[in-house]
Amino acid sequence: MWSFILKRLAQGVITVWFIATATFFAMHNVPGDPLLNDRAMTAAIRANVEAKYGLDKPISEQYVIYLGNLVRGDFGISFTQENREVNDIIREHFPVSATLGILAVLFAAAGGVLWGALTALYRNRMPDYLIMFFVILGISVPSFVIAAVSQLTLVGVNSALGSTLLPVAGWGTLSHMLLPALVLGLGTMAYLTRLMRSSMLEVIGSDYVRTAKAKGLPAARIFTKHQLRNAILPVITVLGPSIAAITTGGFVVELVFAIPGLGRYFVQAVQQLDYTVIMGTTVFYGAFLVFMVIVVDVLYGFIDPRVRMQ
Amino acid sequence: MNGTTKPVLSDDHFTRSAGKQLGLYALLALGVLAGLMTLLSFLASGSGGGASGGAIDVENNSITITLRQEPPQLDSGRSTDAASFGVLGHVMEGLLSYDKAGRLIPGVAERWEIREDGATFWLRDNAFWSDGKPVTAHDFVFAWRRVVDPETGSQYAFITYPIKNAEAITNGDLPIHTLGVSAASDTQLEVIFEQATPYFDKLVAFITFLPAREDFFKSTNGRYAADADMLLYNGPYVLTEWVHGASMRWTKNPYYWNDEKGFLDEINVAYITTDVNAKLNLFKDAQIADTDLVAPMLPEAMERRWHIDRFMDGTVFFLEFNHREGRITRNKNFRRALQLAQDPSELVYKVLKEAAYIPAESLFPSWIQGAGDLFRKQHPPIKHQMNIEKAREHLELARIELGLDTWPPIVLLSGDTPVSTLSAEYYQELFKRNLGLELRIDLQTFKQRLAKMTSGEFDIVLSGWGPDYDDALTFGDLFSSWNLNNRGRYDSAEMDGYVRIAQSELDPVKRMQAFAEIQRLSYEDVVVLPMYERGWSFVVDPRLDGLIRRTVGPEVDYTYASIKK
Repeated sequence: MWSFILKRLAQGVITVWFIATATFFAMHNVPGDPLLNDRAMTAAIRANVEAKYGLDKPISEQYVIYLGNLVRGDFGISFTQENREVNDIIREHFPVSATLGILAVLFAAAGGVLWGALTALYRNRMPDYLIMFFVILGISVPSFVIAAVSQLTLVGVNSALGSTLLPVAGWGTLSHMLLPALVLGLGTMAYLTRLMRSSMLEVIGSDYVRTAKAKGLPAARIFTKHQLRNAILPVITVLGPSIAAITTGGFVVELVFAIPGLGRYFVQAVQQLDYTVIMGTTVFYGAFLVFMVIVVDVLYGFIDPRVRMQ
Repeated sequence: MNGTTKPVLSDDHFTRSAGKQLGLYALLALGVLAGLMTLLSFLASGSGGGASGGAIDVENNSITITLRQEPPQLDSGRSTDAASFGVLGHVMEGLLSYDKAGRLIPGVAERWEIREDGATFWLRDNAFWSDGKPVTAHDFVFAWRRVVDPETGSQYAFITYPIKNAEAITNGDLPIHTLGVSAASDTQLEVIFEQATPYFDKLVAFITFLPAREDFFKSTNGRYAADADMLLYNGPYVLTEWVHGASMRWTKNPYYWNDEKGFLDEINVAYITTDVNAKLNLFKDAQIADTDLVAPMLPEAMERRWHIDRFMDGTVFFLEFNHREGRITRNKNFRRALQLAQDPSELVYKVLKEAAYIPAESLFPSWIQGAGDLFRKQHPPIKHQMNIEKAREHLELARIELGLDTWPPIVLLSGDTPVSTLSAEYYQELFKRNLGLELRIDLQTFKQRLAKMTSGEFDIVLSGWGPDYDDALTFGDLFSSWNLNNRGRYDSAEMDGYVRIAQSELDPVKRMQAFAEIQRLSYEDVVVLPMYERGWSFVVDPRLDGLIRRTVGPEVDYTYASIKK
């Protein structure tokens, strides 16, 4: 088990190095640079600014300096947020994105498993049709539409009630988180519901379930121990990557609900060619994704002993 | 199927008990989620802000607002953007500032005098920093020297170039103490000019000229203006809280001298978002005091009988030609053909349909002041007449002059915002229809568009220019051959001559005549094709008085705002 974990970790480090290198050179090949602004700079002013950021050095030298800093965990200072270190940006804003992401994943996982099991139990009956209709809706409607529509609905509800049921936007308390987390988790919830449904149906028709029934085991026990536990495995497999995807992909929801998460900085950095922030957030998100995949692999070994044997 | 052979009753029984079990799990999940959320919200408190007493809080005499963007930082010596200007305009004050109508009024300077060779500012003795110490002439000397210091790397250093030696210092040729600014006493600031600068009073209202105190600056160890407690304030409000990316709190400055400004006890910036729909929703929910309205929102706003206001933000948009050697757009007949084949009012009224936009008639926007009256009134621009027949004649002339058989595709460089995309598509269709020209649209993000403009990879570009200071020169010198923002590289001795007069002529009437010539030349020589002047529709909570939207200066100005009693 330990050698397995170590091997995966080593692979992870190489992956992250590759992400960092590819991003670095791709970014420098995009036309334009972070210093370009509405107001043109004289050559002298530009040289002053370039020297300040070390952009006057050749690319290869910048790369070596960059890698050195990366190993020390220092991403440098943002070009657009001129007095802020990228580390500070990540430290201050990632927890917000992570909180929102974890909540969304919890909604998605709990909802997905429950709805999926329900549709499988009542397959081809009314609850199944109804839920699957919403599932298709949840998968096909993009999150910015859902976000905008749900916000608008909330405004309507608030004005109908004459008081604020939930805040329309912002961040800070539990009530601020509820709606954005639901919206953010909805797509994944729909996806997980479908996954759970098909995996559950497969289990329901399996031999060991029939055997269990024949033995006369109580229904609740068969359902929990034999059906749910086996059907949930594929859901757990995709959960790791979904956690990373949700946490890193909340940009639109963060924008609509004015949430100070990292997603906004990530997207803005790319638009403004803020080199240090692009590198910092990409490498951070990349490492996070790699880490989540490793965690899932290890967890899988605990849930399904067959994986460990191989 | 196997299932169908089983007795129906047993299957139903199984489903019922399993369903019950599932319901139990659902309840359990809900409980766990609720618990987790409470825990998370406990952990996350402090990273937000947001919570507020609604748009207008009469009891605490405070309001809640949004910012479109967070200022990158608030160091006036290095700021370049509207977001910083918006905040600094509330928490800092320069030598001069603006009244409600946008006219210059005394700020830290009580009175001033502009001469041919320099200027003198007499500072008031009741202007204080937020720690209670007086604002002195030395604070301006220190701040301005920092701007030209090559080590500061200020992108706006060029705006100080009318001051003696400023350019040479930025280029690293002279030490910073040679800058032509000095403190004759604590309350008297002396400026020496590089060349006559009759508009210097308008210049010093700009953020780059705000003061900074040396001892405080040094105490911040390079983190000056990065956080609320890393800046010293001398404006009507003080930044008491700044949660990056989330919120800010501006509190009334007890040391501020002017009773005519700063009526609110607190301004709470609870949200930072560019999403206009989210802002509209917040406004409808009575969470913020004002919001912008874009074209699709106007019918609903009218239905709700909101009082819709509008203002010009000062920016003029135009099609800029590439005048570089070897470009088709260098040919004057070609440019004339395009000029005659379009009419900006069609773009504004039929395509963009933004209620607050107006068709641009000249390089100089309608709000620019002349000598005593509006420049537009004193020197009306040439009336543009669309004439497709004449346009085709000029196009034919151009074709012969250039020795072309057919027209190659013309590259139209454009930004990727909805308005630019729409405009670019409009011109593509228009010139195809009227002149049979093929325009290839090159859609780029902001930085890429600038990169291509600077290197000259375009024939025509959708471009714009906003004012830095309240003087016609902020537009007038744009197409001088030495201006680096002249990215189409228009180069004419006649234009350069008029710009030189406009820069240094002391007689305001003669100076305005030079601008009139620049206006005429930019039309006759088809330097650019004006498109529109940008404006915004907005709505303010009826309980709030005195909110000002400015063309020059902080775009949204709450310094004169108060709650109706």
